[in-house]
Amino acid sequence: MSAEPAAVRCEGLVYAFGDHRAVDGIDLEVHPGEMFGLLGPNGAGKTTTIRILTTLLRVPQGVAAVLGHDVARERMTVRRLIGYVPQQLSAEGALTGRENAMLFARLFDVPRAERTERVDRALGATGMLEHADRMVSTYSGGMVRRLELAQALVNRPRVLILDEPTIGLDPIARASVWDLIAELREQSGMTVLLTTHYMDEAEGLCDRVALMHRGTLRAVGSPADLSAEIGPGATLDDVFRRHAADLSDDEARGLRDVRSTRRTAIRLG
Amino acid sequence: MSAVPAAPPSASAEATAPLGVVRTYAARIGALCLVEIQRLRHDRSELYTRAIQPILWLVIFGGTFNRLHAIPTGGLPYIDFLAPGVLAQSALFISIFYGIQIIWERDAGILAKLLVTPTPRTALISGKAFAAGIRAFSQVVVVLVVSALLGVALTTDPLKLAAAALAVWLATAFFSCLSMSIAGIVLKRERLMGIGQAIMMPLFFASNALYPIALMPGWLQAVAKVNPLSYEVDALRGLLLGTPAHLLLDFAVLAVSAVAGILVAASLLDRLAR
Repeated sequence: MSAEPAAVRCEGLVYAFGDHRAVDGIDLEVHPGEMFGLLGPNGAGKTTTIRILTTLLRVPQGVAAVLGHDVARERMTVRRLIGYVPQQLSAEGALTGRENAMLFARLFDVPRAERTERVDRALGATGMLEHADRMVSTYSGGMVRRLELAQALVNRPRVLILDEPTIGLDPIARASVWDLIAELREQSGMTVLLTTHYMDEAEGLCDRVALMHRGTLRAVGSPADLSAEIGPGATLDDVFRRHAADLSDDEARGLRDVRSTRRTAIRLG
Repeated sequence: MSAVPAAPPSASAEATAPLGVVRTYAARIGALCLVEIQRLRHDRSELYTRAIQPILWLVIFGGTFNRLHAIPTGGLPYIDFLAPGVLAQSALFISIFYGIQIIWERDAGILAKLLVTPTPRTALISGKAFAAGIRAFSQVVVVLVVSALLGVALTTDPLKLAAAALAVWLATAFFSCLSMSIAGIVLKRERLMGIGQAIMMPLFFASNALYPIALMPGWLQAVAKVNPLSYEVDALRGLLLGTPAHLLLDFAVLAVSAVAGILVAASLLDRLAR
């Protein structure tokens, strides 16, 4: 490794909602260019961690930095470096895909002369160019996710931060979104930090993963190394169960069956 | 699929350079106003339904009171006196519920994405506040056209019309910030609807929109004098009808209220971001 700063670094990060410590002292380093998965059941603290790193939440205790820039003190710089796709399917249904992407090109100060080309390239890279002039309210969930990735790409981010990128999508759309993320990353060399509770999907895709449970990181490593520690044929699911011995039945179910718990597409209609 | 728009690996820390403060605010206000225009272009139904109420006020209320001569208007026909009041009212009714949009954007995750762009919070709120004004402009056109058809002697001086639009824009910015501030406190659409309904008519009645302030009981005069709507109506009457007005004071009050509203709403944005 060179002297290049970590893409994402957390040290002793703590965040509490009242008495509940959603993030309870995590240390984490994501290397430049890697695809890093933050895994765990609902309520593990993944989204809170992401919301701190994206400057949405304050940093009450500990340090968070993106490419060496302190998230608490250099918010505007950090925002220019990252692309963020939240959990919800969050494009504006009352606008076209292109208008949605163009808004973000403007908000990221893409110079006027480059805007059209940048937006077209971002829409092209996510396969949304042919649907760009349709209203987003007519899109499927998978198409909205692709558009959101395009919205994040117009800024040419160095670190792409995706919170549950496949939640609420059907299995076919899920697979195609994963393929797209892998392809985007391969072509651009961006660092990708994502959260998911689909352990099996993260297994084949991420260079390294961190297993998060009840606000703490239980294990960090490549999926292969983590599985090898447990034994031959072990999956990340097995690894997680080993490291989270205090996992309740509800939380265990939450690892697999989530489609019923969160409906995110309803607002777009 | 075309190539991914990635930052060149050798790029310095930032993919896009920051603009100066003034240009940042202008760019954000411009971007959000443009989105409002695009929304209106895709769905014009609100423009039509919103036009009904001011037309009814002018035709029914104005038409009736015009015959009563019950309200001293300084020699103006009552419908002339009323027209600027209805204009201010219809813009108020649009802006008082504007906070619903920010709650909706919060629930949909759109607000989080907006907040992760290099946009200071006051710039985001300014953009939204002035975008609300874009919506109000449609009302300006409707009320002015209907008033002219009803025989109200309106000015045709383009400079005065532009100044009237500015007064509506500033007042709309203030009232939409009031709405977004309430949104930041209550965080729920239904509660904001309830509060909006509760305060909208009192704001309207405790102003000079329907009758001169001098007619009111003392306590109501006090309320009317701190109500920015009164200053908006005063400015609109002066500009559109040529009645004696305190234009400097009116615009000063409207500008200061708009800035104060933006600061308060922006400080409450943290609650919505959480």
